Amino acid sequence: MDLINEHDLGTPPVEADRLVTLTIDGRSIAAPEGTSLLRAAALAGVVIPKLCATDSLEPFGSCRLCLVEIAGRNGTPASCTTPIAEGMQVSTQTPRLDRLRHGVMELYLSDHPAAEIKGAVGEAARRAGVAAVRYGPAGVCHSQAAPDLSNPYFSFDASACIVCSRCVRACDEVQGTFALTIAGRGFGSRVSAGQDETFLASECVSCGACVQACPTDALIEKPVQAAGVLPERSVTTTCAYCGVGCTFEAQLVGDQVVRMIPAKDGKANHGHSCVKGRFAWGYANHRERMLSPMIREAITDPWRQVSWDQAITYAARRLKAIQAAHGRGSVGAISSSRCTNEETYLVQKLARAALHTNNIDTCARVCHSPTGYGLKAAFGTSAGTQDFDSVDHADVILVIGANPTDAHPVFASRMKRRLRAGAQLIVVDPRGIDLVRMPHVEAAHHLALTPGTNVALLNALAHVIVTEGLVDEAFVRERCNLIAFQAWAAFVALPVNSPEVVSGVCGVPADQLRAAARLYATGGNGAIYYGLGVTEHSQGTTTVMAIANLAMATGNLGRPGVGVNPLRGQNNVQGACDMGSFPHEMSGYRHVSDIATRQLFESLWGVALDPEPGLRIPNMLDAAVDGSFRGLYVQGEDILQSDPDTHHVAAGLAAMDCVIVQDLFLNETASYAHVFLPGSTFLEKDGTFTNAERRIQRVRKVMEPRNGYADWEITQLLSNALGYPMAYAHPGEIMDEIAAVTPTFAGVSYQRLDALGSIQWPCNDAAPEGTPVMHIDRFARGAGEFILTEYVPTEERTGARFPLLLTTGRVLSHYNVGAQTRRTDNTVWHQEDRLEIHPHDAEFRGLADGDWVKVASRAGETSLRALITPRVAPGVVYTTFHHPSTQANVITTDHSDWATNCPEYKVTAVQVGRSNGPTEWQSAAETQNRLARRVVAVAAE
Amino acid sequence: MDARRLTSMANQIGAFFRVQGEAAAVAGVEDHLRKFWDPRMRRQIIEHLKAGGEGLEPAVRAAIARLEAPRS
Repeated sequence: MDLINEHDLGTPPVEADRLVTLTIDGRSIAAPEGTSLLRAAALAGVVIPKLCATDSLEPFGSCRLCLVEIAGRNGTPASCTTPIAEGMQVSTQTPRLDRLRHGVMELYLSDHPAAEIKGAVGEAARRAGVAAVRYGPAGVCHSQAAPDLSNPYFSFDASACIVCSRCVRACDEVQGTFALTIAGRGFGSRVSAGQDETFLASECVSCGACVQACPTDALIEKPVQAAGVLPERSVTTTCAYCGVGCTFEAQLVGDQVVRMIPAKDGKANHGHSCVKGRFAWGYANHRERMLSPMIREAITDPWRQVSWDQAITYAARRLKAIQAAHGRGSVGAISSSRCTNEETYLVQKLARAALHTNNIDTCARVCHSPTGYGLKAAFGTSAGTQDFDSVDHADVILVIGANPTDAHPVFASRMKRRLRAGAQLIVVDPRGIDLVRMPHVEAAHHLALTPGTNVALLNALAHVIVTEGLVDEAFVRERCNLIAFQAWAAFVALPVNSPEVVSGVCGVPADQLRAAARLYATGGNGAIYYGLGVTEHSQGTTTVMAIANLAMATGNLGRPGVGVNPLRGQNNVQGACDMGSFPHEMSGYRHVSDIATRQLFESLWGVALDPEPGLRIPNMLDAAVDGSFRGLYVQGEDILQSDPDTHHVAAGLAAMDCVIVQDLFLNETASYAHVFLPGSTFLEKDGTFTNAERRIQRVRKVMEPRNGYADWEITQLLSNALGYPMAYAHPGEIMDEIAAVTPTFAGVSYQRLDALGSIQWPCNDAAPEGTPVMHIDRFARGAGEFILTEYVPTEERTGARFPLLLTTGRVLSHYNVGAQTRRTDNTVWHQEDRLEIHPHDAEFRGLADGDWVKVASRAGETSLRALITPRVAPGVVYTTFHHPSTQANVITTDHSDWATNCPEYKVTAVQVGRSNGPTEWQSAAETQNRLARRVVAVAAE
Repeated sequence: MDARRLTSMANQIGAFFRVQGEAAAVAGVEDHLRKFWDPRMRRQIIEHLKAGGEGLEPAVRAAIARLEAPRS
């Protein structure tokens, strides 16, 4: 691959305390002990030709171009595999080396299609002075090899391949999938996906690491190939998919993005990516993208396209009319974790300052709100404790309620690399997720618990740690509230929390619970990573607290390699929460009842603020049904598809007088909207996202917004129309305001972000360059707080009518409700949601793989096709929620977390039976959506 | 809002604090309702208590009864 301004040092860096001094081409050079000659030379600006070497992969010594001569040594060793030594005298340019390289390049080019001699091969040929080849391609060669075009995003042309193994090694070392190999021997050697399959048919996960590694463009992105020219310019920005927050170079030809390259200096991704971030950006130009504002009187009317001014004026008039008739608290707003910090900050400011209400919530309500509550109570900060690099120092990794290889794939690759290096793994999950057993990774313990019993299981682990004397007493004594610890230790030591008793609750054998607890407590650095399988329960917050208790009791906090790490689902969940998007707190997690906090904002904003908490999303919908909540502004969120109990959400939306939807597409919620404001993609605006490791990163505008405005500008227009003036000229000014009112962001500005690349909050005078690892000497709250976590079973129970437990999740190729990824070629991997069901449960019901099945719960029913698999335990079924035609949330209930109302997506009692196809409700919903999306007139601006 | 739903939510909060003992549970539920429930939700649960408080657990009833007074 040809990168713009790429500087590749040939082999990875080496950490060493000692510097070694040597001479290369007469220049004295010092480099860390263990560094390769190739890298040492590159660091000093001496370029040695190379093809198979790259600094993202371990050296391989295959291409024989990076040969050098070393005084006192025989032969011409490869510089990539030769470590430097004190006093070594190296020559990189000699007549003998020139002759050898010339011969090597001739052999490469003899089997290389002349038209394809470009990229690194062309560069190497030029450097070797090879203008003509003595052994031309007239003989036996690979020029007739058929290209593999099966992958929708990249092609593989074997005739241009030099079999350097960079792609194979990238798949192994960087991605950890081991999907590629070199098949055959000698002249017949060739890159092979899977068992001589196409890339699409193989286990390749389409991360693109092989494409990035390829030095010959044998593997190349199809848009680059179609453009026929290499990208002309590049803009550094941040991915808008999951909470890993990969840094990308958006590369363009003209004003068209042709590829996204993960940046090697991206501190969250270190040059890696997944199929979504690297390839699934085509939705920005999808034919269903809405570009014009629209309004209508009633949701039964067709849409009318209007000017921005008409739409904004109409929206403001209706919201003001509702408030005049029903009070300030009759309206509210919902912001999105898909939007930037600056945009979510503005939406909450609009709610509080322009609408004078704390009825502001964000989609983190339905994912990680328990994380904020639980970790703030235990540690004093509503965030994870580590950076991603911390995993490199972990000895025992406990993954609970998370599926990183699907939902956080780039971090999963880091985790897998650490596991391959010897760290041990404990997986707590009802399903056999990929991490349980995959190439070169196998969990020491898979605790396949019954959905809904996380707290019981964690209490049992704590019981073992306390009763077997595995507590880190020094840590607890120095860092934690001792009285609270003693109460907690006495509680978890109760017989009811013993593995032998809990085993009957969670379904995991007691000896497995004991062994896992001992491993976590005594195996060295213990790191916990968790996801929505922890939070989306009626005891989600309790589970977060129980995790924090475990980490404190074992001293696994305050240094690299340990910690409590929530894996955030969306790109800016952390940031949306940081920005004051919850109805009870301002930015920086300060409660609205705090007088000093309110005064700070009141003096800056020039308005009086409400000291009482507002409504959460589910409360808004409840209040809408009873008539006290009647107007809603939703930015970038599709609550009808993503929130639980679809019938209830629909009833709430239908009851409102005015729903304003700001989105890229006419989503499901828009079917109940009166105003549609077309939104902008992450490629079309400036701002920042904050990832799961508290890392604030710049989003930079790659192209002008096709809809006319960035999302922050639309919120500003609405605020002005509501009578509260906003006049930001650039999102950088919004960040300056955030920094002025938020202590943990005090040192953050666009200038600092540009200078440092990214910043992990807290960033202030005490930590001017940010804080990779938190709670090093003391917890943010002072002493760590142990909290009693009694197991309280969910009210959702199985029985004769609903004997199975449904849990929901995601797949690698799709993102949340699929609004973006369904409008890309990612659909080739996942065209529909399927119901995973164990073979025993399927046989009992007479189901065959692929059969249409009806899934019914107390909330509703839907139909989809079955996927029979032992990945789920008997009694448990599983599905994804990426496709609106399935509407998995028709089945999920209104049970929610006690502290935060985060929905209990992960436990729904259901019955499954054969069906003939979509339910009547699904068919009716499709018809209703078609009617609701009618657009009748186009008015000129 | 539906009294049964509010009752269920309040009892869930009570169930979390139950293990801390009755006095702490009452204080914990009161604090949580004040910090996280919109005033209209608090008004409605108070009205429900005054109407007999069907379904409310004892500690939750005690906590709701304290909501009408200013925070001490």
